Amino acid sequence: MTLLEVKGVTKRFGGLTAVDDVSFEIAEGKILGLVGPNGAGKTTLFNCISGLYRVNSGMIVFGGRDITNKPAHIVCRAGIGRTFQIVQNFERMTLTENIMVGAFLRSRGKKQAAEKGLEILEFIQLQEKKDVKARNLSPPEKRRLGLGMALATEPRLLMLDEVMAGLTPVEIDGVLDLLWKIQETGVSIIVIEHVMRAVMAISEKIIVLDSGKKISEGPPEEIAHDDRVIRAYLGKSYAGS
Amino acid sequence: MKTRLRDLMLFFLLGVFLLIYPFVFTQAFYQHIMIMVFMYGLLAISWDIMGGYANLFSFGQSAFFGIGAYVSTLLFLHWEITPWLGMVAGGFASGVVGIIVSYPTARLKGHYFAIATLAFLFVVQIVLENWKFVGGAQGLTLPLTEQSSFWKFQFRESKIPYYYIMLFLLGLGFLLAKGTLNSRVGYYLRALRESQEVAQSLGVNTAKYRLMAIALSGFLSALAGTFYAQYVLYIDPSSVISLNLSVEVVLISVFGGCGTIYGPLIGTVILIPLTNLIRASLGGAGRGIAYMVFGGIIILICVLQPDGLVKLFERSKKAVAREV
Repeated sequence: MTLLEVKGVTKRFGGLTAVDDVSFEIAEGKILGLVGPNGAGKTTLFNCISGLYRVNSGMIVFGGRDITNKPAHIVCRAGIGRTFQIVQNFERMTLTENIMVGAFLRSRGKKQAAEKGLEILEFIQLQEKKDVKARNLSPPEKRRLGLGMALATEPRLLMLDEVMAGLTPVEIDGVLDLLWKIQETGVSIIVIEHVMRAVMAISEKIIVLDSGKKISEGPPEEIAHDDRVIRAYLGKSYAGS
Repeated sequence: MKTRLRDLMLFFLLGVFLLIYPFVFTQAFYQHIMIMVFMYGLLAISWDIMGGYANLFSFGQSAFFGIGAYVSTLLFLHWEITPWLGMVAGGFASGVVGIIVSYPTARLKGHYFAIATLAFLFVVQIVLENWKFVGGAQGLTLPLTEQSSFWKFQFRESKIPYYYIMLFLLGLGFLLAKGTLNSRVGYYLRALRESQEVAQSLGVNTAKYRLMAIALSGFLSALAGTFYAQYVLYIDPSSVISLNLSVEVVLISVFGGCGTIYGPLIGTVILIPLTNLIRASLGGAGRGIAYMVFGGIIILICVLQPDGLVKLFERSKKAVAREV
């Protein structure tokens, strides 16, 4: 069943068309990769879906409900969680408090939110730092915290903006394991990622954006050999390998 | 567990001290100082909800204060409504004004919001100065009652009733603020202070919680305003709605450490008696000197502990924890 359907979404900033008539869909429990060179419009597309930007045209349907141009908190309530490319956790709050902000959405009270917070901290393996202020985390830990905060809102769709940026190969494998575990619970995931090894491994389908346009869509192995994608993004060496 | 017991003991001792204070310090002047501490404490707490928690840096606090003073006084003068009800009415009026003002300023952040609150302050002041019905620039005088009357909120014989009333109001405000800020609302306010975008993406209706902070802050400030009107029995636009008062409240809170509720209280407890004592001991020139001392202390705290006095306590607590 289709969970999210994006139909002809266009977003312009003055004369620049950052997202140009992009359409795609993602089914329940699937993982979708979103790749493309810097400035291709990936993050802008996320911002359009999550309600931080208003689209100029097009439609976004989530779980059968039109969420086009709905405010971000409504979109989140509908069941879409996201992380940010430039990590912005609540730096002066502790890890537990950070996650509780998300957990309050579907908790009855503070106690329940705190319990859920602890559960998620364990899941993202940061439970030892539960009382540490978010500003004291290392960059990879900050990214995991961002993931945990989004998870706390109990999303049906999780949109991750470069959660693996700057991680070591071992850390990347750790995050991949987390994402698979999340997928097992029935959550769909869209990942924006530049770490090709990871995107190829985890995505069932990949969408390639270039200059705001969707230039290709398909399973990873097809994308890797698509001429347009190689020219725009991957480069010859990747196709050769 | 041990620290909890110690905290309880401290609270108990503090409570006993506050309750017997007016019988130990029987001079009206010392009682007056304490009453001012409570009043400024309530204002500082209410400022902290906006300025400290929600990051809505406000210079308009005394406008809320003034609205509270004016609403209860007018209700009493024109319709003989007891100032107790007037106080509640003033609180709500102030909260509603806060909500109305917050609409056009909804997109303003940081300095720009602060400038808007300054404008708000002057608008309220100018309106009151030129509005005959509310006494204009001459202000309003509350008629003296023949004898003390709880109903009419006037006490002639001593300051003690005022002392307990203001203590009660401060306690009420403290509990209300603490309860709100310890709940979901407090978490949300602290979150939106750091990043509106992230808070929204976690399902927080930031506009709604911003409104709540402004309304609660306005409500509590107005309670202090009504109290002031009944305490002094005379109000005019320049005394209840002054930039001086607003700035004092901001300085006290920042000095004590904003975003903590306790910080502003600590700031009040230190700065208000200090300035009052300096003023009293130096007479007419004291006012200027008091502000100079005020300024000096602020500079010191900015250099030594920019997060406010309350952080000094936190730090020593942590140091203790490390030793154990």
